[in-house]
Amino acid sequence: MKLIEEFELGLDAPICITWELTYACNLACVHCLSSSGRRDPRELTTAEAKGVIEELERMQVFYVNIGGGEPTVRKDFWELLDHAAEHRLGVKFSTNGSRIDDAAAARLAASDYVDVQVSIDGATAAVNDAVRGPGSFDTALAALERLAAAGFVQPKISVVVTRHNAGQLDDFKAIADRYGAQLRITRLRPSGRGADVWDELHPTAAQQRSLYTWLLEHGEEVLTGDSFFHLSAYGEALPGLNLCGAGRVVCLIDPVGDVYACPFAIHDEFLAGNVREPRGFEGVWRDSDLFTELRRPQSGGACESCGHYDACRGGCMAAKFFTGLPLDGPDPECALGHGEELLARRGSGLEIPSPAVDHSRRRPPSRACDENPLADFIAGA
Amino acid sequence: MSADIPLDGRWRLDPQVALRPERFGALAYHFGTRRLSFLKSRRLLEVVRKLEAAPDPLAACRAAGVEEAELPSYRRALATLAETGMIVPAEAAA
Repeated sequence: MKLIEEFELGLDAPICITWELTYACNLACVHCLSSSGRRDPRELTTAEAKGVIEELERMQVFYVNIGGGEPTVRKDFWELLDHAAEHRLGVKFSTNGSRIDDAAAARLAASDYVDVQVSIDGATAAVNDAVRGPGSFDTALAALERLAAAGFVQPKISVVVTRHNAGQLDDFKAIADRYGAQLRITRLRPSGRGADVWDELHPTAAQQRSLYTWLLEHGEEVLTGDSFFHLSAYGEALPGLNLCGAGRVVCLIDPVGDVYACPFAIHDEFLAGNVREPRGFEGVWRDSDLFTELRRPQSGGACESCGHYDACRGGCMAAKFFTGLPLDGPDPECALGHGEELLARRGSGLEIPSPAVDHSRRRPPSRACDENPLADFIAGA
Repeated sequence: MSADIPLDGRWRLDPQVALRPERFGALAYHFGTRRLSFLKSRRLLEVVRKLEAAPDPLAACRAAGVEEAELPSYRRALATLAETGMIVPAEAAA
């Protein structure tokens, strides 16, 4: 059996997990796939989070991608990082850089088990800040500067490709080279708040084509998190696994312990269980109805007769779901244009699922004392 | 082992690599380079496990029961693991 077919049947333990540690964030990026902003009071406690780390070690999960929200705003962030290292669990964490001061940079540089990913979504402040908020570009670059000064080896710079930055790929590469960083380019998903801006921000078909060529030229030196496997239908396969690993080789643990099939699918439809259940994360991974279903042979539906189905495997489940397209049809950004045709034909009667979980900050609060979304930022900032 | 791939002498798994057996073979993760590799058969996993105790990789292959005809493909697989730093000469890893 080919490796990809093995993976589609699911593994006893995930290869990696995305773990959003908190929904709290000091930014309010327009495309945030977890609709983050305010902390959820039901967030996993330090003890519970440590329990998850120990469970992942027992399952021999190699590493977790930690995100949020902005994970560094959790007061126990460093404690959890140390706990992961003690339990031989690799950590890659995503940050907007706002809390990477000199001390944090030095601490990160001293650890073998931690990798850092700083997000920017434009190679210029104007393009970046339009998506991520005023000042966020300078903040991110300052963090990269500090990491370089502390001797941190090869952080990642993570970029979500949009219509406005798709022409800046070489500039992103130059920024990465300047800081001794590795560039990571990923796909804009219509998930979370991304659903609100996807129509305007997702790359045009021509931009996608150029992106594909650019990625092929740069091979494995540019990371993609395998997020562009749907573009393999243009011809040659891109480096990476080229399959949807949702519930089969990857999954998401959200801040309150809910386990979803993938980081781009925070919706009841893709909710498998919670790490607080007696069966724990391992039980959810092995036995949940949803993951069992995802590991059955999937129908390619309308795509099955397409000559490129073996290359793109029908694309991204979450992208289809949140644009209102059938899961067994083409990806909205199908390289052959079949997705675009379907999107254009969506009638007014079509109901597009909206994210079930939304922690976006509402401004202004109805009464000042209703909530204090910044409590975590003020303490220990 | 072919002459163009320097796989002589004693080799071993890099101490920073974790192996996880799977139905199809194994996953190997290098905590230093953060690279993930796939060992595409249980037999190859056996070979990798026997590397350190064997005088050279060829002996490890034989000890794991690799047939003569299969040696070239195992050699290629080991060369790839060596290129990506998953396996290293035993002295260098000390």
